[in-house]
Amino acid sequence: MMNLPGIAAQFTELVLAVLLAPLLTGWVNQCRAWLQNKSAPGLLQPYRNLNKLFQKEVVLARSASPLFRIAPYLIFGSLALAAAIVPTLDTDLPLNAAADAIALVGLLALARFFIALAGMDVGTAFGSLGARREMMVGFLAEPALLMVLFTASLISGSTSLSTIVETLAHKEFVIYPSMAFAGVAFTMVSLAENARIPVDNPATHLELTMIHEAMVLEYSGRHLAMIEWAASLKLFVYSCMGLAVFFPFGVAQGGDWFGIVLALPVMLVKLALGGAALALIETLNAKMRIFRAPEFLGTAFVFAVLAMLVHVLLET
Amino acid sequence: MYLPHISSLNATLALACAWLAIGLCGLLAPGNIRLASRVLFPAGALVGLALALVALSAIFDQPQARVLPLGLPDLPFHARLDSLSAVFLLILGAVSAAVSVFASGYFRKGEGTPPGLQGLYYHIFLASMAIVLIADDAYFFMVGWESMALSSYFLVTSDHRLAEIRRAGYLYLLLAHLGAIAILLCFGALQGGSGDYSFAGMREIAPSSGWATVAFLLALVGFGAKAGLLPLHAWLPEAHPAAPSPVSALMSAVMLKTAVYGMLRVTFDLIGFPLWWWGVVALAAGLISALFGAIYAAVQTDMKRLLAYSSIENLGLIVAGFGLTILFRGFGMNTLAALALTATLYHCLNHAFFKSLLFLATGSVLHATRERSLGRLGGLIHSMPFVAWTALVGTVAIAGLPPLNGFVSEWLLLQAFLFSPGLPHSYLNMLVPIAAASIALTAALSGYVMVKFYGVVFLGQPREAKLVDAHDAGAWERVGLLLLAAACIVLGLVPALVIGMLDPTTRALTGHGVASLAQGWLFLAPIEPQRASYSPLLFFVLTAVLVGLAWFSVRTFYHGRVRRTGPWDCGFPRLDSRMQDTAEGFGQPVRQIFEPFFRVEQSAPTPYDAQPRYREVVEDRLWSWLYLPVARAVDRVTSLITVLQRGRIAVYLMYSFATLLVLLFLVR
Repeated sequence: MMNLPGIAAQFTELVLAVLLAPLLTGWVNQCRAWLQNKSAPGLLQPYRNLNKLFQKEVVLARSASPLFRIAPYLIFGSLALAAAIVPTLDTDLPLNAAADAIALVGLLALARFFIALAGMDVGTAFGSLGARREMMVGFLAEPALLMVLFTASLISGSTSLSTIVETLAHKEFVIYPSMAFAGVAFTMVSLAENARIPVDNPATHLELTMIHEAMVLEYSGRHLAMIEWAASLKLFVYSCMGLAVFFPFGVAQGGDWFGIVLALPVMLVKLALGGAALALIETLNAKMRIFRAPEFLGTAFVFAVLAMLVHVLLET
Repeated sequence: MYLPHISSLNATLALACAWLAIGLCGLLAPGNIRLASRVLFPAGALVGLALALVALSAIFDQPQARVLPLGLPDLPFHARLDSLSAVFLLILGAVSAAVSVFASGYFRKGEGTPPGLQGLYYHIFLASMAIVLIADDAYFFMVGWESMALSSYFLVTSDHRLAEIRRAGYLYLLLAHLGAIAILLCFGALQGGSGDYSFAGMREIAPSSGWATVAFLLALVGFGAKAGLLPLHAWLPEAHPAAPSPVSALMSAVMLKTAVYGMLRVTFDLIGFPLWWWGVVALAAGLISALFGAIYAAVQTDMKRLLAYSSIENLGLIVAGFGLTILFRGFGMNTLAALALTATLYHCLNHAFFKSLLFLATGSVLHATRERSLGRLGGLIHSMPFVAWTALVGTVAIAGLPPLNGFVSEWLLLQAFLFSPGLPHSYLNMLVPIAAASIALTAALSGYVMVKFYGVVFLGQPREAKLVDAHDAGAWERVGLLLLAAACIVLGLVPALVIGMLDPTTRALTGHGVASLAQGWLFLAPIEPQRASYSPLLFFVLTAVLVGLAWFSVRTFYHGRVRRTGPWDCGFPRLDSRMQDTAEGFGQPVRQIFEPFFRVEQSAPTPYDAQPRYREVVEDRLWSWLYLPVARAVDRVTSLITVLQRGRIAVYLMYSFATLLVLLFLVR
C-alpha cells in the first residue's frame, strides 16, 4: 500500500495546495477584473496581502478567549488536510484510507464550526450575525454537498475518493444523467460555501448583507492572514473536488511517476479554467438578498437529492 | 475482571441490590447533606464502575439465565444476561459512575427534596434500570419498568414547590403509563395464548405474522413513548429541564436507551423474524422525530430544553438505524443488517456519553449562575474555563464532527444507507436517497444547534453583570465532566475496538458481525476497504500535525506580538453585551425557513414605544393538533361518566346489585 510515487504525489499535493491557493484567488480576481473592464491588482496580490498581515501585530479584543486565538490555526489545518485528501494528481494516495468523502465533508464542517464559534467569541453584533448566517448557509449546503458526493459514490460503489475518481476517470466513457443534476447542485453549493456572489460578496465590508466578512471582522495580523489563507484553501479544495468528481480526466492512476508529472500541468490548466468560470458566474449574477439564500440553497439540495433519485431510477 | 466463581449475572444482581441498599441508607438521615454527598453518591459511583466492568466481560460470555427466589408464588422472576443486555448495562454502569461522581458535588442543602430522599430515588432509579435490562419475563420486566418510571417521576419533581415542575411531572407520568400499557399489551400478544409470560416461552412460540405485527407496533408505540418518538415526545422537553441536571443526564443518556433496548429485544429476540415493512414504519418514525427534534432544538431559549429536543433528534436517528436494520434483516441481507445495527448501537453509546456530558455542564452553569435561560448567559469561557472546555468536547461530538465519536456513528449509518440500493423493491430504493438526505440535513442542523448552544452560553460577552464572577465547577463535578469527555474522545478515536465489542450483539441478533471485516484497530472499514474506510486516529494526528506546523512556522518566520484593546466591530464605539445575538436571534433563520412547523405568536413594538417590548411564543403544533383535542375529548367523556356519580350510598349499592344480576345472567 505504501508506494513511493503515491507518497510523493500526496506530499506534492499538500504543498502545492497550500502554496497555490492564494494564486487561485488572485487569478479569479484577475479574471473578474478583466470581465468587468477594470484594472486588476496583479496575480500575486494575495501573497503580498498575506505577507503584510503576517508582519503586523495582532490587535486582540479584551473579551477574546483562547478559542479565538486557536481557531485560525485549526481552520487552516483542517482545510489543508481536506486539500490533501482530494485526489488531484494521483488516485493512489496513502491518506485516502484515513478519510473518505464523508470525512471530507466532516472536515469542511469542522472548519465552519470553529469559524462560527470564533465569530461569536468576541461578542460583537457583527460577529454573531455573521456566525448565524454562516451556519444557516452551512446547514443547507452541507447536506447538498453530501448528496452530490453520494451520487458519485453510488456510481462507483464506494465512498473512497480514490475509487470514485478512478471509476469516473478510467472506465469507458459513459454519460450519467445523474451527474448533470449533481453538477448543478455542486456549483450552487460551492458558490455559497466560498462566500461568492450571488450568496455573499467577498469584496464588500460594512454591508448588512455580508456573511463571511462579518464573522472575521475582529481578526487582525497573523490570525487574519491564517483566516484569509484558509479561505483561499477552501476555494482551492472546492475547485479540486469539482474537478475530481466531474472532470477527473488526466489524474494519474495507481502511482506511476510519468503519470504524476503529466497530471500536474493538466491540473493547473483545469484550475485556471475553473477559476475563469467562477469569475464569469460572479460577473453575470447579482448579489441576492440574504432571505433568498435559503431558497437558493434549498434548490441546490433538491437538485442533489434528484441526482441520487435519477441514479437509483435510471442507472441501476 | 471479576472473581471467577461469581457469574456475571449474579454479580449484576448483587450490584443492583447494592444500589438499592445505598438508596435505603439515605433514609437514615434524609436531611444530612454530608452523608449523601460524601458517602452515598460516591458509593453509587463505585457500584456503577463495577457494573461497567462486569458488563464489559459479560459481552463476550455465553448468555446466562437463572430463576430468582422472588416474585409471586407461582410466578418467580427470571433473569438473563446476554450480550445485548451487557452492552446496555455497560452504558448504564459507565454513565452512572461519572454522573454519580458529579452528583456528589452537585446536590445542595435546601434545594427541593432532602438529599437523603434524593439519594433514595436516584439509586432506586439506577437499580430498576439494571432490572429492566436483565429481566427475562414480562412480569419482572414490568416491575423494573414501572419502578423506573416512578422513581424518575419523583426525581423530576424534586423541586415540587413550583407549579410548572409539578405539571411537567404529571405529563411525564401520564405518557410513561400510556407507554407501559402498550408494552403490557405487546407482551400479551407475544405469549400467543400459552399463558407463559417468560421471555424463554415467547422465544419458543412463533406467532402468526398478524400477531407479530400487532406486537411490533405495540412495542414501537410503548417504547417509542419512552424514547420520545413523535407524537409521544411531549413529556421530554418538559421533564428534562425540570429535573436536577444529573437526573436529566441519566434520563437522557440511559433511560431513553432502555426503550431502544426494549425495541431491539422484542423485535429481534422475542419475535425473531421481523417483516421488512416494519422497518419502513420505524425508519419513517425515526426520521420524522430526528428532523423535528433538530428543528425545534434550534429555536429553544432554555439550555436544558434545547438539549432535550436534541435528545429527541438523536433517539430519532437511533430508531431510524433500527428501522434500517429491520429492513435489511427482513430481506435476508444480514451483513448489511449487522452494519446498520452496529451504527445503531454505536450511536446509543455515543449519545449516552456526550449528552450526559452536556447536561452535567448545564448543571454546573446553572449552579454558578442560577440561570437556565440562554438570554441571560454568555461569556462563561472566561469565568468557568474548565466547564467550557469539557463542554466543547461534548459540543463537537454531538455536532457529528470528526474526529470525535458523534461522527463515527453518523458515518456508519450513512454507509449503511449507501449500500441499501440493492433492496429487492424498487419503491424502497427510491425512499433510501430521501432518507439519507434527511439524515444529512438533521446532522447539519445539529451543527447549527450546537454552535448556538455553545456560542450563546460560553462565548461572547456576559449578558448579565453577575456572570463575571461565576465560579468554576468544584472538584467532584470536574472529575465527572472529565470522565465523560474522555469517553467521548476514546469512542471517537478507536472505533474499530468498540465495534469489536459490539460484535457479539450483532452476531446474536442478526447472525452476522462486521468486526471481522475491519482492517486492524487503526482503520474502520465496515464492508471492505475499497468501498469505504476511515481512520480517526490517523485523521486526528494529521490535523494536529498540520495545525502545529502552521502555528510553529508562523511563530518562527514572523513574530508573536499581541496588543489587547476593545473590540473593533466596524468602529462602533458604544458596543455593549446586549448587542450580541440572543438565542431567539440565532434561531431566527431556522424559524423562518421551517415556519410551517411552528405555531408562532408575535407582538412587536412600534417605533414610538417608550419602553419597547418584543414578545414571541413558539409552540409545538402538535399541542394544538393532537394533545389538546385528546385532552378535551377525555374531559368530555369523563364529564359524561360523572352522571353515574351520585354521592349516595344507596345508588352505589344499586349499581353493584345490577352488575351482579347482569353477571349472573351472563355466566349462567
